[in-house]
Amino acid sequence: MVEIKELEETSRKIRRDIMVMLAEAGSGHSGGSLSAVEVLVSLYWNILKHDPEKPDWEERDWFVLSKGHACPVLYAVLAAGGYFPRKALWTLRKLDSILQGHPHRLKTPGVEFSTGSLGQGLSLAAGAAMGLKRQGMPNSVFVLTGDGEQNEGAIWEAGMTAAHYRLDNLCAICDRNYLMIDGNTEEVMGLDSLPDKWRAFNWQVFEIDGHDLGQMTYAYQRFLLEKKRPTMIIANTIKGKGVSFMENLADWHGATPKKGEQVQQALADLGFTAPWEEYKKHDFDWVG
Amino acid sequence: MGGIREDVHLVDYRKGVDMVPSRDGYGHGLLWLCEHDDRVVVCDADLAKSTRTIWVRDKFPEKFVDFGIAEQDMLAEAGGMSRTGLVPFVTTYGVFVAGRAWDQIRTSICYGELNVKIGGAHGGISVGPDGPTHQSLEEIPLMRVLPGMTLVVPTDAIEAKKATIWAASHEGPVYLRFGREGVPVITTEETPFTVGRAEVYRDGGDVAIIGCGPLVYEALVAADKLEKEGVDARVINCHTVKPLDVDTLLTAAKECGAIVTAEEAQVYGGLGGAVAEVISQHHPVPMRIVGIEDVFGESGSPRELLDRYGMNSDNIVSKVKEVIEMKK
Ligand SMILES: Cc1ncc(C[n+]2csc(CCOP(=O)(O)OP(=O)(O)O)c2C)c(N)n1
Ligand SMILES: [Mg+2]
Repeated sequence: MVEIKELEETSRKIRRDIMVMLAEAGSGHSGGSLSAVEVLVSLYWNILKHDPEKPDWEERDWFVLSKGHACPVLYAVLAAGGYFPRKALWTLRKLDSILQGHPHRLKTPGVEFSTGSLGQGLSLAAGAAMGLKRQGMPNSVFVLTGDGEQNEGAIWEAGMTAAHYRLDNLCAICDRNYLMIDGNTEEVMGLDSLPDKWRAFNWQVFEIDGHDLGQMTYAYQRFLLEKKRPTMIIANTIKGKGVSFMENLADWHGATPKKGEQVQQALADLGFTAPWEEYKKHDFDWVG
Repeated sequence: MGGIREDVHLVDYRKGVDMVPSRDGYGHGLLWLCEHDDRVVVCDADLAKSTRTIWVRDKFPEKFVDFGIAEQDMLAEAGGMSRTGLVPFVTTYGVFVAGRAWDQIRTSICYGELNVKIGGAHGGISVGPDGPTHQSLEEIPLMRVLPGMTLVVPTDAIEAKKATIWAASHEGPVYLRFGREGVPVITTEETPFTVGRAEVYRDGGDVAIIGCGPLVYEALVAADKLEKEGVDARVINCHTVKPLDVDTLLTAAKECGAIVTAEEAQVYGGLGGAVAEVISQHHPVPMRIVGIEDVFGESGSPRELLDRYGMNSDNIVSKVKEVIEMKK
């Protein structure tokens, strides 16, 4: 188990890489990438069984990014974990890059499914969980959905299936940042009480602070102990977390920090002071 | 030698063009309709800004309905509303409507003959860096095979506005395809536009280039290049892919004896397929189809992708040379 202090520092660096990556790309999704950092860091560093050298390792746990638009956070995590060279991050969304605008399993090591059309990842993950279970494999499957994404009917179809077949090896996380593109989720299409809905669907439900690495780790561990039901972790988060001018603003959903002053400001908010382009030249641990 | 027809009142595109996304024309058309047609309701699925329905949300909030990220629900709900006399314009990206909600469109809307209008944004590979998940390359075939559907692929923002306003006046399902990128504005208010009628923009007798969407502009540029090589190309804007203007197409086949189609979509089942169905059954002539050759795209800039996947004026020129060679 990695110390929380250390994971906090890792999260800070992941946020830095997301910002630099998106500034370089000039398009992409800032808000929903920043909100999911602790969800992924606690999972990849403390829970997930995986081997960057062998992405297809039979005994690995699976992670599915159902909200595919947030792939910058996944790419930053995979690069830090050693799935591919860090310099690939600066080619995001460019012609011939291994990092597509939305995750593609055939181009990026560590990506299990091609996603980006919302509302499909929970079914893909449940299907993988079912396949593993039927073959007597002990692997767990984790899947991250958006909260707006849970408007999709297919989410609730998968919700029924996973509970019906008692997929206790399936752990879904909902990035509950209360924002989608058109605005606040409760104004666009009300979801609450989301925890009650999932309980009514016979899932084990945790509602926690999605930026608290300790709480996230605890919820994942409780999932590993569950022997009957699938688990839904409702992770309360802040869209744009860590960058003051992005926090809680729907307009930063699909916008990126501009090269120069703006991305420098974002890095300053995260406590990084070196010129932003310097971070492209050094390794993950270099803080300037 | 032929040349640009005077009676189509095109912009003098050789002197430069304004670049405007066709989705803007949709937004302007919706605003006009909201002022003039009480029956119109604009439906959105959490993409108000990029599909321009936000203009309606801001100016006519009482005419705007957000369904959240639930396209299948939105399409069938629009079907329900249409039975009460309203005229819903449902709007999202092409992939999420023509793909995700295809069964709702097929059975509830087309089979049930419901009066629903569909605005499909982000058509084509020029969607760019978002990548293949968002580049809609298959809606033309998906919509074209549905009985009762009218399918229009406007060439620019002006034509998109005209098509949007026309859609409200038509009884029955309509699909309008728009792009994300700014594309050349080549038509004017005076340019003739009738749904179901392909418009000859340039006269010519050696080959007919039949395009839709922004590739009509590429076809005009290709025709200029071909003229320098002594090839006289007719250019036709076939904005209505369904119902197809069979007369204009057959006349072109008979008079030119060779056809090249051009669209920003898969080469299977789209405009090219539609034209081939007519030509091969009624007046076979050499033919080639310009489009994406049975692959998914990738992330990149719009221009890079159009060049890499073969949808620029030079690609049209080389296909024209192939069919001219076959005529000999
Ligand atoms: C089926 C589908 N419809 C629409 C979209 C366009 N889209 C991309 S992100 C997004 C909003 C997602 O909101 P949410 O799930 O809350 O994600 P987050 O806030 O975590 O970014 C939408 C509508 C899509 N990608 N897929
Ligand atoms: Mg959200």
